[in-house]
Amino acid sequence: MAAACKYDWPAPGERQLIGKPIKRIDGPAKSSGEAKYTFDINRPGMLFGKVLRCPYAHAKVTALDVTPAKNAPGVKAVRVIQDVGSEIQWEGDEVAVLAAETEEAAEDAMRMIKVEYEPMPFFVMDEDIKAAGSNAKKPTTKTVGDPDKAFQEAGLVVSEGYYGLPVITHCCLETHGNVVEWTDPQSFKVWASTQGVSTVPQQFSEPLGMSPNNIEAVCQYIGGGFGSKFQVDRWGVETARIAKDAGKPVKLMLERDSDLLVAGARPSFFGHVKVGAKPDGTITAWESDTWGTGGISGAGIPAVPYPLDGVPNYKRTHTAVATNIGPSRAWRAPNDPQACLVTMGAFDDLAAALKMDPLELLIKNADLAPNPTLARTYKEELQKAAELTDWHKRWHQRGDKTPGHIKRGMGVSIHTWGGAPHNGKCNVTIQPDGSVEVALGSQDLGTGTRTVINIVVADTLGLPIEGVKVKIGDSRLPPDGPSGGSTTVGGVSGSTRRGAVNARDQLFAAVAPALGAQPDQLEAVGGQVRVKGNSSKSLTWKQACAKLGVKPIVAQGEQGPNSECKLNSGGVGGCQVADVSVDTETGIVRINGMQAVQDCGLIIDPRTAESQCLGAMIMGVTYSLYEEKIMDAQTGKMLNPNMEFYKLAGIGDVGDLKVHFMMGEFYESRGVIGLGEPPVVSPGAAISNAVANAIGVRVPTLPITPQKVLAALEKGMG
Amino acid sequence: MSRRKDKSRKKESPVAPLTRRDFLKGAGVAVSGTILAGHAIAAAPPETAVVGPGATPITLRINGQQHELNLEPRVTLLDALRNDLDLTGAKRVCDRGVCGTCTVLMDGKPVYACSVLAIEAQGHAITTVEGLMRDGQPHPVMTAFVDHDAQQCGFCTPGFVVACAGFLRKHPNPTQAEVEKGLGGNLCRCGTYIGVRAAALQAAKAMKQ
Repeated sequence: MAAACKYDWPAPGERQLIGKPIKRIDGPAKSSGEAKYTFDINRPGMLFGKVLRCPYAHAKVTALDVTPAKNAPGVKAVRVIQDVGSEIQWEGDEVAVLAAETEEAAEDAMRMIKVEYEPMPFFVMDEDIKAAGSNAKKPTTKTVGDPDKAFQEAGLVVSEGYYGLPVITHCCLETHGNVVEWTDPQSFKVWASTQGVSTVPQQFSEPLGMSPNNIEAVCQYIGGGFGSKFQVDRWGVETARIAKDAGKPVKLMLERDSDLLVAGARPSFFGHVKVGAKPDGTITAWESDTWGTGGISGAGIPAVPYPLDGVPNYKRTHTAVATNIGPSRAWRAPNDPQACLVTMGAFDDLAAALKMDPLELLIKNADLAPNPTLARTYKEELQKAAELTDWHKRWHQRGDKTPGHIKRGMGVSIHTWGGAPHNGKCNVTIQPDGSVEVALGSQDLGTGTRTVINIVVADTLGLPIEGVKVKIGDSRLPPDGPSGGSTTVGGVSGSTRRGAVNARDQLFAAVAPALGAQPDQLEAVGGQVRVKGNSSKSLTWKQACAKLGVKPIVAQGEQGPNSECKLNSGGVGGCQVADVSVDTETGIVRINGMQAVQDCGLIIDPRTAESQCLGAMIMGVTYSLYEEKIMDAQTGKMLNPNMEFYKLAGIGDVGDLKVHFMMGEFYESRGVIGLGEPPVVSPGAAISNAVANAIGVRVPTLPITPQKVLAALEKGMG
Repeated sequence: MSRRKDKSRKKESPVAPLTRRDFLKGAGVAVSGTILAGHAIAAAPPETAVVGPGATPITLRINGQQHELNLEPRVTLLDALRNDLDLTGAKRVCDRGVCGTCTVLMDGKPVYACSVLAIEAQGHAITTVEGLMRDGQPHPVMTAFVDHDAQQCGFCTPGFVVACAGFLRKHPNPTQAEVEKGLGGNLCRCGTYIGVRAAALQAAKAMKQ
């Protein structure tokens, strides 16, 4: 067993705040309306920026005259972005930008711009692979073992099906955008709606030909990112340009329709799957032919079979399809929800063909997981899920036989994710008056990052939550990584733990003489600095810090590939069960409830961790039942760039959602692992499987709309 | 992309308004002419003031304070609050009366500020989330939201807080099902609904005391 390392997490019995449910520290600012987001920033003399966007899916700009806008009332700057001759590849791509004194003046001026396009042929209906023609790229294939032979095995039970999910978007409630204010001819401050505040200066400085040192980026609060806000985007850089031209600050936030058109998409994934198992349920063979689009330049390839990639014989073929839609961006857990739906749907249909319980099928095949840790995790989580949902009593074979038009069913899915820490630095400052501050250029997307940082530092120093001030959201602070890939909690807890321990050690060195002890005999607990095992020899925190005289302690902490002591790692499993009722007369699916069983290593704050998981499940309900980017074959346009018809689940749509976290040595010994993405992976599969279990037939694609349910029922009866 | 606002102002008509029922009752009999003539649909009466299209002085009463502004008639109450009064608690998200993040109280009743013109809001008492604080103390709904972690990114939160405060004033003893129906006009992308439900029920108890 490894010797204790100085930064190691405190043992379970010694944790003062770590592992306790702590309220989000920015809850009061958010619920009172005091929290200021980029969209809320108003600066003296600020202008409003608007972008002229191409209304065609594919077109050439043939004429462009911005002069009428230049002369329009209230307009202070106009720039051409894509000039005559430019080829536009998706509806909504930007052509020109302007800034005016009011939003109304900006909109009026935009309408005055004279622009003409030559529409060109387009392709937007990605599910119809046969119609893709040259928009379908050359397929890629991966083969393991000998699937052709495996499928010929005598007695093999084979299931074939079609599964898929369409393009969706991020639909962050705060749209994309920035406020830029030049402070002198070489420098500016930018309030950015960003998932990576430390990365923003460079994204502006390169195209603008300036030093990133001259740019300060700020983001205290962001209204959602989900993977779409890593870039400052061309419209962001243009905001800086027109702010400079106008000599005034400019706020340019996208409108809802623009945001849904151009600011990110999750690639689609459709496919035919053939999967085979021995009569005892051992899965031996897989063959899949899939395709999908991420826009004009493609996307990643969801790796199937998922997450049980140890199927001994498989052949997967994938065709990327180019479409004239706004380009894809990372959408919470890129590739995994797609791979999960297609695999878990196919396995669920296979279970039905075997007349086997799908949960038992997954337990039986858990050793096909990528490694033994995950295999054991799946077995434990599936058993826990079964216990919590009373699965073995309530699950029935496919097709609810209860009389009446309401059918009820249960479905299960498992998933995996990485979540290893990103790199980052921090400063921890202890002042002689006892005040403590931790500072890093990180960001809190609503994941609870501020609170985790507060807990880690306060626990390390033996202080209450209020005893530590957390400073994030500014690129002038020590750099932290962007919040993506579920890398933040590991990254910030690692850097701030080390920073706080370093600060504490410096304090102990200063205080030890006063307590007549050596520094390594001291501990910081319950607001005191005292000698271990002799609590009569103690000072209050304030008394201890007063020993610093006039100079504060400023200690650094880092999370990097060579950082001392193992505080975090990557690799989680996860399991979800859905319980649905389907009205076979209307096709409406109702979520009765869902149970998530999730591991994520050592949990710093179970309160915010639970919210992360519940939130991901709700996003899952939305992409399972309601949301999709609906394209029009005739015009190439998005038919629903608004929130009436790009539908999100409402408070009455989600049912009874429950989360259980796996605890104990096997899980906690892995250290801190990210949680933001894993729980969003399984809902589509769990819900789709539950619907199939309820009505007896598979609705092949998401979202599971009433029309699709009725169509599947009709097809099943024919 | 342009935001088109084709909003017709609801005006008090000096004659009895024509109802749908009246119109439909006459359907099948030589319809329109008789019915419409009977109700004398005419041009606006001469004493009606016409304002705009340029900026016009308006007075708004927000959180108990009077504000004199100079706004074009097409400016929404939401944009007036956010752009002209720096009251940014109410958010602009869908801008079309769907998502509820712009919820404010108008004479105590929750409305979507994106769908009310600033000029229409004159003469009404508007309460924003900022106005729900009392002497720097959080409203019981806010406290309940913090207690039940009913916010993640927080962008939908002020709208929910205001909608909840307005809902609970009218429904002080709601069941969970009633909460879900009452707050169905507020959307959240992060998925805070489980916390919001619990917060609404806690706030109901707190507000009765």
